[in-house]
Amino acid sequence: MNLALGEFHRFRGNRETFLYMVNSGGIVALDEVSDALLQKLERRTLSGDDLIRETVADGYTTQAVMESLRELWQLGAISDGVPKPVTSQPLPDDFPLQSIVLNITNQCNLSCSYCYEFGEDKIATPDGKPKFMDWHTAKASVDYLFESASTRDALHITFFGGETLMNFPLLQKVVDYARGLAKERNVRVGFSLTTNATLLTTRIIEYLADNEVGVTVSIDGTKEMQDKFRIFSNGKGSYDIIKPKIKELIARHRSRPIAARVTLTSGASDVLKIYDHLKNEFNFHEVAFAPVTTSPNRLYSIGEPGMDKVLEQFSELAKDYLQSALRGEHHGFSNVSDTLAELHQGVNKSLPCGAGLGMVGVGPSGDIAPCHRFVDSDDHVIGHIDTGIDMEKRGEFLKKGRIDGKYDCHSCWARPLCAGGCHHEAFVRYGDSGHANLHYCDWIREWTHTCLSVYGAIAEENPAFLEHFSERKAS
Amino acid sequence: MKHLRAINRKAARIVEQTSAEQNDIVAMQQQQPPQQQPHVPMGCSIVFSPGWEVDSAGGTAGLCQPVERDIFDCYVTCFWPAQVPDHLNNYPDWTTKCAVATKDWRNIDIVFP
Repeated sequence: MNLALGEFHRFRGNRETFLYMVNSGGIVALDEVSDALLQKLERRTLSGDDLIRETVADGYTTQAVMESLRELWQLGAISDGVPKPVTSQPLPDDFPLQSIVLNITNQCNLSCSYCYEFGEDKIATPDGKPKFMDWHTAKASVDYLFESASTRDALHITFFGGETLMNFPLLQKVVDYARGLAKERNVRVGFSLTTNATLLTTRIIEYLADNEVGVTVSIDGTKEMQDKFRIFSNGKGSYDIIKPKIKELIARHRSRPIAARVTLTSGASDVLKIYDHLKNEFNFHEVAFAPVTTSPNRLYSIGEPGMDKVLEQFSELAKDYLQSALRGEHHGFSNVSDTLAELHQGVNKSLPCGAGLGMVGVGPSGDIAPCHRFVDSDDHVIGHIDTGIDMEKRGEFLKKGRIDGKYDCHSCWARPLCAGGCHHEAFVRYGDSGHANLHYCDWIREWTHTCLSVYGAIAEENPAFLEHFSERKAS
Repeated sequence: MKHLRAINRKAARIVEQTSAEQNDIVAMQQQQPPQQQPHVPMGCSIVFSPGWEVDSAGGTAGLCQPVERDIFDCYVTCFWPAQVPDHLNNYPDWTTKCAVATKDWRNIDIVFP
C-alpha cells in the first residue's frame, strides 16, 4: 500500500511550519522530522516502509520517524489514499435561537446607490407591507427569542433597517422590555444596532451609552469616498453631517466598542487610506471591510482587478495587525481579528453562517427571514413571528446552503471557514442562495492564507495574545 | 504527541481524543503492552462465544468450549473487571473452591466484598 497525503494546507509563521487540517479545522506545528516526512510524500508517493527507510537515511532515528509517521496518520495528514466520504453532521431538528435581528423599519433617509435593500439588486418586496415595525410585532419577536432560546444564558438583539434610528422609540421599548424578561429569567441580553449616523443626537447617544447598546456605523471612508454613493435622495453627500455626530458618539459612548462598517466599491477601495481615516480621524475602535454585494456589471462593482488591489492592501494592513499583536496591543482591523477568532477555535462549518440557525431576521410585517439581508423578500420567508419559524421552510433553506451540496467546495482547503460564503451574496449573484460564491474563491483562499500566517506568527512569538480569542464571540 | 504541537483549540481536542483512544482500553487491561499497537478488544461484546449453547443433541459435554467458558471469558479477557469475582482486589482466592471449572463451577458463589 502506498501512502498518500491527507487534506491540509501548509503555511509558515515567522520560523515554524504549520498545517491547517481541512477536515477538522485543527492547526498544528510540525517538527523537523514530520516536515521531512511530508515533504517526501509531497514529491512522490511511497510505501510506508520506503518512506521510513528514506527518512531514516536522511539522518533521523527510526524511532522518531515511526512516532512522527504515526502522529501524522492519527491527525489525518497522511492516509492510505482511499477516499473517505465526509459528511457534515446532520442539521438539528431544533436549534435554539441565540440572536434576532429586528428590521424595525425598512425606510431610510439616505439613498445609497449600492444598497442591497433598495438598490438595483434588491430582493425585497416591501410593497403593501408596513414601513415601520409596530410594538405588537417587536414584543412578539422578543417573546419568541426568549422562548426559543430557553436553554441559552446569553441572548442578543440587533436593530437594523432601513435606518434604525428612524424608529428609535420602538428600539427603546424593546430594550426595556427585553431587559425585564432577562432579569425575570436570569439570562443576559445584549443589544446592538447599525446606523448611518445621520440621525444621531446627543440624547440618543446618551441613551445608547447608558444602555450599553453596541453601535456599528456604516461609513465608507473619507469625504470624497463617502459622498460618492452614501447620499441623500437629493444627491447631497452625507459626510459633513455625520462627522461631528460620530465624533460625539465615540467620545461619549465608552460602554461598547464602536465599529465602522465599510462597503468597498469602485469609488471607495483604498483600504489603507480608509482605515487610516476612520481609525485616526474618527478614532473608531474597529473597522470592518466588505465588498459591495452586487451583480458584476454595476458601476459601483469593484471587479477582479479592483479586488486584487484590495487583497494587496488587506495584506499590508494585516502586517500592521501582526506588529500590534506581537506587542500585545489591540488593532482595529476586524477582518483579521474575526478570522483569527475562528481559526483559534478551529471552526469547521457545514453552513457559512448562523442565518436561519441561531439567528433570524424579522421585518416590519412580522415575517421571519433567515437573516436581515433577506427580510421583506417574499421568496425567502421562513415563518411569521405570530406562528414561529416554519421548520420545513427553514430546513429547505439550510439544506440548500450546506457545504455537502456545494460540490465545488469539496476540493478547497478553505472550506472549513468559508463553507461557500454568504447565502445572500450567492442569491444576488447566481439567483440561488445555495450556490457557492465562486467569484471570490481565489480571493478567500489568499486571504485565509494571509490570516493563517499571521496566526502562526502570533502562536510562535506571543501565544498569550491568542487568549483574547478563547471565548467564542457571540454574534 | 511528540512531533506535532497542537496550536489551536480544535487541534488540542484532537490530540486529547487520540491519546484517550490509545490509552483507555490499555489501562483497563491492567498491563501496559511493551509497545503500543492497534488494540483489538476481546470479550463478550466482540468475540462470539458458544456460552450456554448446546450441541445438536441438546448436550453440553462435547462442545468445543465448556459451557463455563462465559465465566472465563469475563475473567480472562473482558475489559471490565467488575463483572466477575474480582480476583485482584476483593476475592483473590475465588478459584479455591473451583479447582476444575468444568466440574466445580457450581461452587462459585455470589461475592460480597
